[in-house]
Amino acid sequence: MYKYDNYDQQMVDARVEEFRDQAKRRLEGKLTEDQFKPLRLMNGLYLQLHAYMLRVAIPYGTLNSRQMSALGDIADKYDRGYGHFTTRQNIQYNWIKLEDAADILEDLSKVEMHAIQTSGNCIRNISSDHFAGATHDELVDPRPYAELLRQWSSFHPEFTYLPRKFKIAVIAAEKDRAAMRLHDIGIQIVKNDAGEIGARFYVGGGMGRTPMIAPMIRDFVPLDQLVTYAEACLRVYNRYGRRDNKYKARIKILVHELGKEEYTRQVEEEFAHLLKQGVEPPREELERIKPFFADPPFEDGPKTVDRSDPDFALWVDRNTVRHKHDSYVSAVISLKPVGGIPGDATGEQIRIMARLARQYSFDELRVMHTQNIVLPHVKIADLHALWTQLDAADLGAPNLDTIEDIIACPGLDYCALANARSIPLAQRISESFDQSGKTSELGELKLKISGCINACGHHHAGHIGILGVDKKGKENYQLSLGGSEAEDVSLAKITGPGFDEDGVIEAVETVTDVYLARREEGERFLDTYRRIGMTPFKEALYGK
Amino acid sequence: MKILTGNDLKSGAVVWWSGEGWSIYVDDAVDVGEQADEIMAREEAARRVNVPYSLDATHEEDGKVRPAHIKDRVRALGPTVRPDLTLKPQNPEALDWVI
Repeated sequence: MYKYDNYDQQMVDARVEEFRDQAKRRLEGKLTEDQFKPLRLMNGLYLQLHAYMLRVAIPYGTLNSRQMSALGDIADKYDRGYGHFTTRQNIQYNWIKLEDAADILEDLSKVEMHAIQTSGNCIRNISSDHFAGATHDELVDPRPYAELLRQWSSFHPEFTYLPRKFKIAVIAAEKDRAAMRLHDIGIQIVKNDAGEIGARFYVGGGMGRTPMIAPMIRDFVPLDQLVTYAEACLRVYNRYGRRDNKYKARIKILVHELGKEEYTRQVEEEFAHLLKQGVEPPREELERIKPFFADPPFEDGPKTVDRSDPDFALWVDRNTVRHKHDSYVSAVISLKPVGGIPGDATGEQIRIMARLARQYSFDELRVMHTQNIVLPHVKIADLHALWTQLDAADLGAPNLDTIEDIIACPGLDYCALANARSIPLAQRISESFDQSGKTSELGELKLKISGCINACGHHHAGHIGILGVDKKGKENYQLSLGGSEAEDVSLAKITGPGFDEDGVIEAVETVTDVYLARREEGERFLDTYRRIGMTPFKEALYGK
Repeated sequence: MKILTGNDLKSGAVVWWSGEGWSIYVDDAVDVGEQADEIMAREEAARRVNVPYSLDATHEEDGKVRPAHIKDRVRALGPTVRPDLTLKPQNPEALDWVI
């Protein structure tokens, strides 16, 4: 994985010292909160419902064991013994003291990490396929391109004060595991008819209060023009994005209001102009980055496991994914134990995952946007030993992509923006389906819960989505069906009137019963919904 | 009644105006009547509180203070999903009034 050079390290170290001085001046009263707020947000420090919250960037979700271990240490040393992995492949700490914040950033800098651009109206952490470099179905490893974009977007002077925050995802497979078309810019690395590698650009997607699927605006950009084209997309947005209205300031609104054709025309015009300016990084930089993502030294070994232990066999079936080398798999560590808090891990668990990565996965981990952790390169021969240690640490839940593998935002339990709690619903639903034993029967079913319209829990993209709202001071939940953030992307539709907490849990039971009664062979929940439509589900929920 | 809340500048902890200072216990909160703006301006300027705001609450017969909105009730006690991290970790029933 990528290693900082002197320039990267100096940049991060300088930012730590700058923030240390800013925090000191705030504590001494030399800065007001109004003056300090934009400065702390530029360093990922929010003021949330109960305390300061620090969001740490994990570029394209990739970590080494030393970094992961440091994240566990921070949880124990500065927080209350745990961290929360997020839907942007980052980690958040919920109980940070302002007087500790600079020390935390310094600890992060020692392992080549930071919290820069994890908030504010700038280009946020670049996300990517959590199986990048390991999966059998990708064209190339997308992470060198994500890293190039990370370097380009870090402290980009022109894009530090955009109309709104800006999120970019990069993938290189037909299978979309990064919700690519629900980003401000989604980039898919593709091969053209001439056999050349390039980038396909989708612009103007997003969730939030106005969910939109990004349209494709360019089917092939040569790789030596990748950054220039991204710059053109951003420049048009920066110039014409709706700064007058926060709720209409995302690029998706601009693309929608201008129309895809007019937005594209303006981007192409800007692109032609920028090509003459020579803003593209030298090709040597990409070539310098690529070796950091070279394959580790894979070895041939057994290709099957001993399935005599049914619990282990179930975990292998559910939580391991085909690797490009047939003696390896990618192993998913679920952070969704039955009744647990999605995405939370204790400091000790984080260090255990770090140790296991060092032992079994060439020192590498990935954070999934579904709030789980991946060990990308595990020998099939090592799986039982790995599972045994995961299970002992309460990290062995066999539930990847099932109804128990729920995405849930922090919701009203932690978030100052939330209207309703998300986590208790996730806990009760996972307990309910675990007890009823229906989880296996339901197969792939992606349930996503957001505690407010900002949609951090990706409810628009859930096969089943739940949105918490405030109804006259009471928590109320809207149910939606039919969303997908994968290559078959779609936005979920609301079923009808909302439910209270008990009611929405019953409603989830009801819609899964409709699916089980109506599905045809081989159909997932989403497939059945798309075939039979909303009506049978509505009738079951609300009567005819 | 109108009460005041905010966060401690250094620790970020949720605090409530008790009439003499800032307490982490909502039951210490007092009715500030028409003085909310004056108290908040003074206390924020002195860096004794960060981002204060006023809110509606009720004073129960047992002397307990209950913020009107669920968000402030969650603020008052702590995350409902982590009773061990609330102000009353030994008393799970303490959460009953929050929701």
